[in-house]
Amino acid sequence: MKLKLILPLLLFVVLVGFLGKGLFLNPREVPSPLIGKPAPTFEAPVLGDSSKTFYTEEMKGKVWLLNMWASWCVACREEHPLLVEMRKHDIPLYGLAYKDVETNALAVLESMGDPYITTANDADGTIGIDYGVYGVPETYVIDKKGIIRYKQIGPITPEALRDTILPLLKELAV
Amino acid sequence: MNPVIGHYALILALFVAALQAALPLAGLSKNNEKLFAFAAPMARIQSALIIFSFLILTYAFYANDFSVYYVAVTSNSHLPLIFRLAAVWGGHEGSMLFWVTILAVWTLAVTFFAKELPLRFRSSLLAVMGLLTVGFLMFILFTSNPFDRIFPAPFDGRDLNPLLQDPGMVFHPPLLYMGYVGFSVAFAFAIAALLDGRLDVTWARWTRPWTTAAWVFLTLGIALGSRWAYYELGWGGWWFWDAVENASFMPWLIGTALIHSLAVTEKRDAFKAWTVLLSICAFSLSLLGTFLVRSGVLTSVHAFATDPSRGLFILLFLVVVIGGALTLFALRAQSVGLGEKFDLVSRESFLLSNNLVLFTATASVLLGTLYPLLIDAMGMGKISVGPPYFDTVFVAIMVPGIFLMGIGPIASWKKASVPDLASKLKWALGISIISALLVPSVMGRLSPMIFVGLLMAFWVISSVLVAIKTRLKAIPGNDVVKKFKMFGPAFNGMLLAHFGLAIFIIGVTMVKGYEQEYDITMHSGETTVINGYDFTFKGTLPVTGPNYKSKQGQFYVTKDGKEIDLLTPEKRYYPVQGAVMTEASISINPVRDIYISLGEELEEGGWSIRIYFKPFVQWIWLGCLLMGLGGLLTMVDKRYRLKKKVTNNESAAT
Repeated sequence: MKLKLILPLLLFVVLVGFLGKGLFLNPREVPSPLIGKPAPTFEAPVLGDSSKTFYTEEMKGKVWLLNMWASWCVACREEHPLLVEMRKHDIPLYGLAYKDVETNALAVLESMGDPYITTANDADGTIGIDYGVYGVPETYVIDKKGIIRYKQIGPITPEALRDTILPLLKELAV
Repeated sequence: MNPVIGHYALILALFVAALQAALPLAGLSKNNEKLFAFAAPMARIQSALIIFSFLILTYAFYANDFSVYYVAVTSNSHLPLIFRLAAVWGGHEGSMLFWVTILAVWTLAVTFFAKELPLRFRSSLLAVMGLLTVGFLMFILFTSNPFDRIFPAPFDGRDLNPLLQDPGMVFHPPLLYMGYVGFSVAFAFAIAALLDGRLDVTWARWTRPWTTAAWVFLTLGIALGSRWAYYELGWGGWWFWDAVENASFMPWLIGTALIHSLAVTEKRDAFKAWTVLLSICAFSLSLLGTFLVRSGVLTSVHAFATDPSRGLFILLFLVVVIGGALTLFALRAQSVGLGEKFDLVSRESFLLSNNLVLFTATASVLLGTLYPLLIDAMGMGKISVGPPYFDTVFVAIMVPGIFLMGIGPIASWKKASVPDLASKLKWALGISIISALLVPSVMGRLSPMIFVGLLMAFWVISSVLVAIKTRLKAIPGNDVVKKFKMFGPAFNGMLLAHFGLAIFIIGVTMVKGYEQEYDITMHSGETTVINGYDFTFKGTLPVTGPNYKSKQGQFYVTKDGKEIDLLTPEKRYYPVQGAVMTEASISINPVRDIYISLGEELEEGGWSIRIYFKPFVQWIWLGCLLMGLGGLLTMVDKRYRLKKKVTNNESAAT
């Protein structure tokens, strides 16, 4: 048996190895380059009261979650009840209204409940760009030093909350 | 009609197909001729059962039977009938059933048109096709049953993805699948040849029209898909090097190589092991394409059809089918033999180089398609490979191949003379270079890529003319029509297909080189002058479709006061899926398309509008159509229908 006749088979075996591995990867999951890096600082008017300003500097020394959302985002509404539930358990949740009309955003909080301690208003989306948002909702877990420790792309699922976010918050709180 | 009957028919078909595979193979190993006789009847029963089951599913769509889960998620009672029927292959389960139905159609055809093959060979061929059917039926029955029911049945269905609600959906998948699955005949043929340990010239002749048929379907299917993407996706692209497109393009490239390699095997009894390997590869790439599309291992614009949980089953199937075939190849290819010898300069050589070029091109597309997966699997991060890679690498590989394509049909078999070829082709080369410089000077811009593209196209056209001229001279007499008839359809078809490729290259080169794109904002009543054309926007009209509401823009296009066209691009809203679709409107003409699509509606009746000028873009699909017609023409050649040994009418066609 000649080697060159086995070659196609060998190449195929290698290919199958990769395909098999590929089955257990998620091609849509793109890790954020910001994880482990300082969260971009910003100051922004508070939603519903533009005389006040939200400063990320003030969050130093606290562990907090930044949830980016918008009234026009259907997936955000899906996530909303879970956020309200989280707030009831005193999870330090801050909102960022991304590219939204203020009255629309306030109407959502009015009707579905306000899960946020404060919501910053990012009307022109520049803060979102700093964070590399490519779709709302996205949620960041930021530690006491202002370092991003975790990023949830898409709605927070009960599994992600239970298995990842809550243990992480516990760990960071120490 | 109860959908359960369809499910039962599939289960029954599974058992019959198992017999279709097992009995002849047992006959082969025990040398029991009687068992061979079972292959064809079993194949016919099994095929009939599958086709019946497919019709049952089609009826469920026709009758809006939403108790069938698959119907409920892919159709809707407001969907026009033609799309309801096309929705049968609009989702995963249905397209898998459709796949196996097409396999049944091909199997059925083989049982009727394989009389000239010896019973033993014909039976092992059907046995292999039976094995494929078993695999796919198991996949359908265990992981993707289209007849699953829901109770209580929903009042209405979730509707077909609006992107798919297009005449393209009616024709593109059937053509593509006919092509994909059609390579199963060549595959089964190769396996049967390996099992038998020999490859006869007559068998190679038998398999040629089958392979060409599959290739023609695939050519037309890909072209139709490309044209569909062009007008449907709304940004005027016609090929995206998307994973799913590549999945159909790779079997096409290998299929093209196979057609040429088979020509050598039939004519010269050479390239035998290579032909067998290509036959295996063509169908393997079809299966791989199915895997990539169905398993969701790659992201793609065709993402509406992915499901990772089924990937493992298909991967297993790939391992069995392709792994089995390649193992058999490694063990038995030597007995098939390599075939006759030939000179370095000969038509065989040119065809071999053509094969290597096509093979390398396929490998480069495969590498580009899988590269993100390979990098990710090795934990080296996420990357995506896009058009820059494919355009550069693919063109660079294909250029020498297309150059050889001009010489091949003129070179003689076994041994050709270089000075003779050079004297025949020097004028062709000269004229091609001059034309490739002349056209850009008319168009007003020259770039290396434009020059290379046009040079290749004109080179192919002029060498086709030289080939015709050489042939005409070789036959005495003055009746040109009669002479063309004497060339034989196979030769004429080959030239037509080559000419079609040249037309295709012209289209691609002109669009890539000279297309123009404008993003403008227009308010109702405004007129804008672009590229010498006046565009007058008369606002939008509300339009109500059967299952959508739409705003239809009214654009009057005039040039020098002469009315050219009324273009009506739309923004459609499909309430059931909550989807907004952009429908472009195109003014088509042989030398340019004007393509308008609506962007966003602005305040006070303004719209952002995108206008493209696409010179010669229709030539892309015209070229593919000609290639397909060329393929069809080669299939009507009489020598494929000669029953017994007849002296080979030396038409010496490829």
